Amino acid sequence: MTTVAVKPATMAQALTRAMRDAMAADPSVHVLGEDVGTLGGVFRVTDGLAKEFGEDRCTDTPLAEAGILGAAVGMAMYGLRPVVEMQFDAFAYPAFEQLVSHVSRMRNRTRGKMPLPITVRIPYGGGIGGVEHHSDSSEAYYMATPGLHVVTPATVADAYGLLRRSIASDDPVVFLEPKRLYWSKDTWNPEQPAEVEPIGRAVVRRTGRSATLITYGPSVPVCLEAAEAARAEGWDLEVIDLRSLVPFDDETVCASVRRTGRAVVVHESTGFGGPGGEIAARVTERCFHHLEAPVLRVAGFDLPYPPPMLERHHLPGVDRVLDAVARLQWEAER
Amino acid sequence: MTVLEQRGAYRPSPPPAWQPRMDPAPLLPDAEPYRVLGTEAAAKADPDLLRRLHAHLVRGRRYNTQATALTKQGRLAVYPSSTGQEACEVAAALALEERDWLFPSYRDTLAVVARGVDPVEALTLLRGDWHTGYDPYAHRVAPLSTPLATQLPHAVGLAHAARLKGDDVVALAMVGDGGTSEGDFHEALNFAAVWRAPVVFLVQNNGFAISVPLAKQTAAPSLAHKAVGYGMPGRLVDGNDAVAVHEVLGDAVRQARAGGGPTLIEAVTYRIDAHTNADDATRYRGDAEVETWRAHDPVRLLETELTERGLLDEAALEAVREDAEAMAADLRARMNQDPELDPMDLFDHVYAETTAQLREQRDLLRAELAAEQDGPDQQEGDRR
Repeated sequence: MTTVAVKPATMAQALTRAMRDAMAADPSVHVLGEDVGTLGGVFRVTDGLAKEFGEDRCTDTPLAEAGILGAAVGMAMYGLRPVVEMQFDAFAYPAFEQLVSHVSRMRNRTRGKMPLPITVRIPYGGGIGGVEHHSDSSEAYYMATPGLHVVTPATVADAYGLLRRSIASDDPVVFLEPKRLYWSKDTWNPEQPAEVEPIGRAVVRRTGRSATLITYGPSVPVCLEAAEAARAEGWDLEVIDLRSLVPFDDETVCASVRRTGRAVVVHESTGFGGPGGEIAARVTERCFHHLEAPVLRVAGFDLPYPPPMLERHHLPGVDRVLDAVARLQWEAER
Repeated sequence: MTVLEQRGAYRPSPPPAWQPRMDPAPLLPDAEPYRVLGTEAAAKADPDLLRRLHAHLVRGRRYNTQATALTKQGRLAVYPSSTGQEACEVAAALALEERDWLFPSYRDTLAVVARGVDPVEALTLLRGDWHTGYDPYAHRVAPLSTPLATQLPHAVGLAHAARLKGDDVVALAMVGDGGTSEGDFHEALNFAAVWRAPVVFLVQNNGFAISVPLAKQTAAPSLAHKAVGYGMPGRLVDGNDAVAVHEVLGDAVRQARAGGGPTLIEAVTYRIDAHTNADDATRYRGDAEVETWRAHDPVRLLETELTERGLLDEAALEAVREDAEAMAADLRARMNQDPELDPMDLFDHVYAETTAQLREQRDLLRAELAAEQDGPDQQEGDRR
């Protein structure tokens, strides 16, 4: 019996591999965006694709996000499967009208005649010391737009599996890549990548009995670290990685909360009008009689993303998560 | 070497990389809108084409009046009429081959119908029973676009994709003068030129963006001049001269199909009616201006040519009018029937697979509708 030596890979490498494999498997898959060709993207996530598949398959476009996504709409109308890269979260905003007015609703307005299988990849979130307009958590805007799937991986294996699923989807997917996890490593075999569940399934990253941390993307490692630290306080925390904000996996989330009776939602996005409000409401509506305490949120502050030298105060960290856990009305237990 | 000596050795030179990228002169539009009708060129026009254009114009005019009448009868929520612009609408549809694609704006229902889409299906957006009532793939017509200029990048992407696949398909994208101020207009033209995509952009300059005249919209010499900045040819044409529009569009379509890249065409025309039935044009323009354009009516221009040259006798004209009346009667009859609505349709095409959340909401609506059917007494009883 031979064993394959499995080396550590980064999330960025897994994403590249996902696009590479998708392009090799399906000639209708085209990658387009700013600097994605010759340079391989500013984060090198499209590295090597133009060389392997040619510039017609991996195309450097003019610098205009609405034009890129608008062109992708037309390409999808003609049977291609475009994968669009938006260079940074805040640089995706010029494409917002195309996304909201056309991409999200073309299937609906044509009664299913004209689906748009477009994947919009957006590096998002902070924690990389980026200057202004390079660190936004823009997921709430996309979540609020019916017709889009909103997907975000937190592990190397999920980055590959979910991106393959997104590209194969006949619906438009906003694929949010947590840029501070681009260089996170994990043992992962690119030759035999594990199958990942369909879009819309959350996963329990850590089982626990005391309370549930509901999180996604860049906050998943924070929550796992917090859960380890919480053991010292006697709390056994469960951590749920949502993986997909739309569709939302009520089942997995509620099954956990019904078991633990307590929940904290953790994300970088601002709290007011952020995803946590929706999640807390859903959990409360469905699990009210199982709750021992109000569902709490740990989120970024309600302010424009701070300058890099101050961002550590803004981002939810282990301490802020543990403080929230401490406020989950444990008095009754003691 | 001293610093002063170094300075003395410095000779200003032109920047090394700069060179003119192309001669802009061939891209420039003509000084005057191109015309055929009323000029010597008219005699050379194919009589069959003239008769075909004329029949479509008469039908188109009748379609506009019928649709406007339907708004007054409450059968359409709104109708942005293209009365006065029928030459552009008809020529756009006829300049394309069957395999080509049309990308209309909300005022281009007529072009959509002239392309072969069922007149009732083309009006569901404006009746309000479904946004796009036709299958875009049946006649290769994209949905009527209400957001301005956003359909232009779609046309570029589709044309680009067709070329990548080796198909000689051309996309014709329609937009108004107001739409040329939108960012998507700029981005679409730029992408099209850089990719040499087989696209033709037809701007119908009808004088107004709702109430705002062109002078407040742009300081460009003409809208056709904008082409030069992107590196594509601009053409200026009399938008009420169906033969001229058809010819200019035909040239541009042929050039695009042959790999010659995109063209921007400005058709100078006039919106005879208000923006829609809900608009009051007297607040921003005078009757005298409208009358000068009525005198340059696209239907009459072509009809005069045909009758003066003896290409259309009274009987043939009557046949054309009867055909238009029959179309209008059919439209009237079918639009006077209430559309069949199924509220459950709302949930069916949001995603390929309806999400659990939408299934819940669909059940909620279904229960509400069932309760409505049972009647108010029953509902009252249920509550107790």
